[in-house]
Amino acid sequence: MNENLKQLKVSAIENGTVIDHIPAGAVFQVIRILKLDKFDDMVLFGTNLESKKYGTKGIIKVSNKYFSPEDINKIALVAPHASIIEISDYGVTAKKIVEIPDKVKGIVKCFNPNCVTNHEQLSTKFDVVDKEEIRLKCNYCEKITVKNNMEFR
Amino acid sequence: MKNKSLVSINDYSKEEQLRILELAREFEKKPVQTIMQDYVVASLFFEPSTRTRLSFESAVNRLGGKVIGFSEAANTSVKKGESLRDTILTIANYSDLIVMRNPVEGSARFAAEISSVPVINAGDGANQHPTQTLLDLYSIVKTQGTLDNLHVAFVGDLKYGRTVHSLVIALCNYNTTFHLVSPIELKLPSSVKMHIKEKNLTYHQYTELEEAIPHADVLYMTRIQKERFSDPLEYERIKNSYILSNNILNNTKENLKVMHPLPRVNEININVDSNPKAYYFEQALNGVYVRQALMASILGLR
Ligand SMILES: [Zn+2]
Repeated sequence: MNENLKQLKVSAIENGTVIDHIPAGAVFQVIRILKLDKFDDMVLFGTNLESKKYGTKGIIKVSNKYFSPEDINKIALVAPHASIIEISDYGVTAKKIVEIPDKVKGIVKCFNPNCVTNHEQLSTKFDVVDKEEIRLKCNYCEKITVKNNMEFR
Repeated sequence: MKNKSLVSINDYSKEEQLRILELAREFEKKPVQTIMQDYVVASLFFEPSTRTRLSFESAVNRLGGKVIGFSEAANTSVKKGESLRDTILTIANYSDLIVMRNPVEGSARFAAEISSVPVINAGDGANQHPTQTLLDLYSIVKTQGTLDNLHVAFVGDLKYGRTVHSLVIALCNYNTTFHLVSPIELKLPSSVKMHIKEKNLTYHQYTELEEAIPHADVLYMTRIQKERFSDPLEYERIKNSYILSNNILNNTKENLKVMHPLPRVNEININVDSNPKAYYFEQALNGVYVRQALMASILGLR
């Protein structure tokens, strides 16, 4: 594939943030978590792109927006290997990685069907008790939600 | 501890738990007082639990307080689809303290977050029942004179019994040696054993009751429920293997006391009831003193 064609797929932005190395299946989740579906400046995204490291990947480019570490770390559960590239005047000004936070608010559903968070209108709260395996302890029912039964809301 | 809700046993530090136990001793000496006469306690039982409800209500009544509430959700606005949020926000206006039992797990934590008055969890599904743990601790210290360095044997369903889980976790503060007796299928979960390991305490696992009890200062019996078995034949095989009888109690320590959160089914033979080592009915009575102590402390009356 030549360089021009590659460029066309997801074109460059002048100022803003590029979120690269998102698992292909997680692009829409990242968009929802970062509320980019309600963002009013330009958002470009691609999914099922070729990746040397992971086979396929997704990428999102957000114009005129820089994320706080607190916000960007929310995507760590769905895109643990994402790279965050900050762009200014078409040049890279910073490269960051995401970190699994100590606490997770909202985003994830408690897997316990008998948990109050699945019965009442309230957002979930978890302590991350294991960052390697990603194990989340519900602040309400105290049960552990693990990667295999993790659902995003 | 004024205004401090009790949802999980770990909400109270070891020192705070000990203070409740000390206060309970005071109420045991003088259970009838008038310190709560200006207070209204809301007793919200979204599922029936006669034993726990009456214990709380007896505690309030003996201290001169008033009780409002319901003993099951059937005839209330809850049945008409009112959210827990609205029920709690409304009832918090009418009362100084809420005691709640609710089959939904985490409901007590949620209630404590939104309520303007403190909340005592009287059981939230399979999750927590902290006043049971406090009364168990009180029963142990009362019969053994100490909570420290004891050998405690737990028998029966150690997998699903929330009473067992909370008490094991609470006892990890007291250098306890644990003797865990259960069928393989109903072993103590690793999430609870984790607490024992964190404190570097010793535990032994057995499948035979007779092996464990010569060591024990406290024998904590639980019932094995049929619903816990996917294979009914398994239940039939196991159900009679952990039945306590007087002859098993012959070769035990002098100071041994037998406890049980009640109700029992057949796991303690009724001829044990008159054995001086049987303690389960006194244990239930201790619940009233512990709940008096807890409420008096939360309301800032002690
Ligand atoms: Zn939960």
